[in-house]
Amino acid sequence: MSDDRVLLSHGAGGKRSSELIESIFLKYFNDPVLLELNDMAVLDLPHGRVSMSTDTYVIDPLFFPGGDIGSLAVHGTVNDVAMAGAVPFAISAGFILEEGLPFEVLERIAASMAVAAVEAGVRIVTADTKVVPRGAVDKLFINTTGIGIIPRGVNVRGSLAEEGDRVLISGTIGDHGIAIASSRDGIAFETTVESDSAPLSGMINELISALGQDIHVLRDPTRGGLATVLCEIASQSTVGIRIEETSIPVRDAVKGACELLGYEPLYLANEGKLVAVAAPEAAERALEIMKLSKYGKDACIIGEITGENPGKVILKTAMGGSRLVDKLSGEMLPRIC
Amino acid sequence: MKYVDEFRDPKTAKALVERIHRSASRIVRHRDASVKIMEICGSHTVAIFRSGIKALLPDNVVLVSGPGCPVCVTAMEDMDRMIALSDPTRKEDVIVATFGDMIRVPGTRTSLEMEKAGGADVRIASTPLEALKWAQDNSDKPVVFLGVGFETTSPTVAATVLKARELGLRNLFVYPAFKLLPPALTALLESPDAAIDGFLCPGHVSVMLGADSYRPVAAKYGKPCVIAGFEPLDILLGLSKVCDQLANNLHEVENAYGRAVTNEGNRKAMSMLMEVFKPEDAPWRGLGNIPASGLAFRDEFSSFDAVGRFDLDMVEAGPEPHACACGEVLRGMIHPVDCPLFGIECTPENPVGSCMVSSEGSCAAWYRYNT
Repeated sequence: MSDDRVLLSHGAGGKRSSELIESIFLKYFNDPVLLELNDMAVLDLPHGRVSMSTDTYVIDPLFFPGGDIGSLAVHGTVNDVAMAGAVPFAISAGFILEEGLPFEVLERIAASMAVAAVEAGVRIVTADTKVVPRGAVDKLFINTTGIGIIPRGVNVRGSLAEEGDRVLISGTIGDHGIAIASSRDGIAFETTVESDSAPLSGMINELISALGQDIHVLRDPTRGGLATVLCEIASQSTVGIRIEETSIPVRDAVKGACELLGYEPLYLANEGKLVAVAAPEAAERALEIMKLSKYGKDACIIGEITGENPGKVILKTAMGGSRLVDKLSGEMLPRIC
Repeated sequence: MKYVDEFRDPKTAKALVERIHRSASRIVRHRDASVKIMEICGSHTVAIFRSGIKALLPDNVVLVSGPGCPVCVTAMEDMDRMIALSDPTRKEDVIVATFGDMIRVPGTRTSLEMEKAGGADVRIASTPLEALKWAQDNSDKPVVFLGVGFETTSPTVAATVLKARELGLRNLFVYPAFKLLPPALTALLESPDAAIDGFLCPGHVSVMLGADSYRPVAAKYGKPCVIAGFEPLDILLGLSKVCDQLANNLHEVENAYGRAVTNEGNRKAMSMLMEVFKPEDAPWRGLGNIPASGLAFRDEFSSFDAVGRFDLDMVEAGPEPHACACGEVLRGMIHPVDCPLFGIECTPENPVGSCMVSSEGSCAAWYRYNT
């Protein structure tokens, strides 16, 4: 059995550790800097400001429709780095493995990370593995830290939204949230929705290259969803945001699942979408650029930045009324009736 | 999306809003004060806010939320007893199965969420049948389902109990904190301080109860009762019918949710419910004790009753939180923003009263959506 499962001794730093690293990780991670097998990566960086982000991935289940923890750990961190207008450059990968994890599972995840990193244009330059006793973690956790280079003259931040700017979303919202909910114990139901987990670095690169300083804010609406991200921008920039319900793209299957479960798409997590706040004269061009990307086909302009109600997000409903959009509060729970 | 977009058509909405305005202007001619229409059900409250309907109504038509959110009306004493079930220091390990909205409701000292973090086995079920499965999978542990809800939900629990009996399951129990809607409406209208002019009656509960169940209320108290569904157009149609009646001085039961609600209701579900449970006096948060407004197990099903099995009568009942105005809110006497705790001491992150906890609670809805 010791041949096909992770043992505590695989994390002890000795021969077994080397075996694990060689038989799985080095099979898929083959950046020359990583292959030096030092405790650190030494990199020559292009000149400029650096964007850096770290995130830890504990998603359950490990494999879900449209992705897995490995691809998500690359996409999530690459996207966070890129939201500063940066070109992601390299990431690290730290693994915490539960004793008894099948090698086959770990191998599939490592392979998936490698593929995701190539697509996102980042190198996996340093890594670490720990093994903890059964029960101390749930199967497998991954931490990734990424760095990227911000091109000269680019300044993208949550506090830079200005009155009159347009708000864009790069595609349908809520796909990831529903894909995960549908595969979790307790609220299992059948759906065709797949996670949107995807690297957005390419799209951001195109936006920044073409429009530069006219892109004021970029954010990825992950946990907390579109609503929470817009509330954060409104608060950071001390502006009001008005969005149109009818302009926000939501798949029918996501709408249907939300109707069943009592969720609001605005609060569902996304892993392959970005919100852009762009100068009004650049908005149409930004939309075209997004639509040209494989991950931005359903992009839309969904609203604008206003001078009214600073710090607040107001939704104009399909009925013609309006209401406040608040941040997500607590965990999303299925309701009684 | 089919079966959704048809009920959210902006053009039809505009026509209904205009109709409400026309009726409202006729109401103005014979009444000085504005009319107060109560949407009884928490799902209506949320749907009204989410679709922005409030902003479309005339000034003299005021909507108030009613006691139709099951989490909101659960009394503190029931909360404390249900939380006591999850206490990890109990002699035996209990699996507590509950609908999701319940886990954050504060009891006197703690909540299910806090007990869960402390090691209690509290699981969220989306249907009571999941609790039945957990009981089958864990035959060495008692599984207690927290029975909260109105006539919409309680028949599914009754069906689960009947199924458990058929399967010979001996480790599934229910804490019955169910509520019945008609006695609450009567209690509300008997209260001298509630000035309500008409009701938007809940869609889901009415599927079970039937339109006929509102006729005594409409006749005795002279209030229009219109049953409505939960889509924006359903609600606007319902409100327009209430306003039409008020403009014409009528007080009838009308069914604006004919695609789901019949006059007689779902007799099969209701008889299943009454096979397992019997009406009993019950405490409501903010409304006090209401005669025959709850459900208790019938004697032949007493072996499923968590109250007897776990000595829950011995749990000391805590007081309602000081200064919390959930009671006035649930009776439609004040709007949530008029409560001194609203948005200051009581927020969805740190709720004091239950109306702020549930996603269907009127305080939470005001906090989250009101511009």
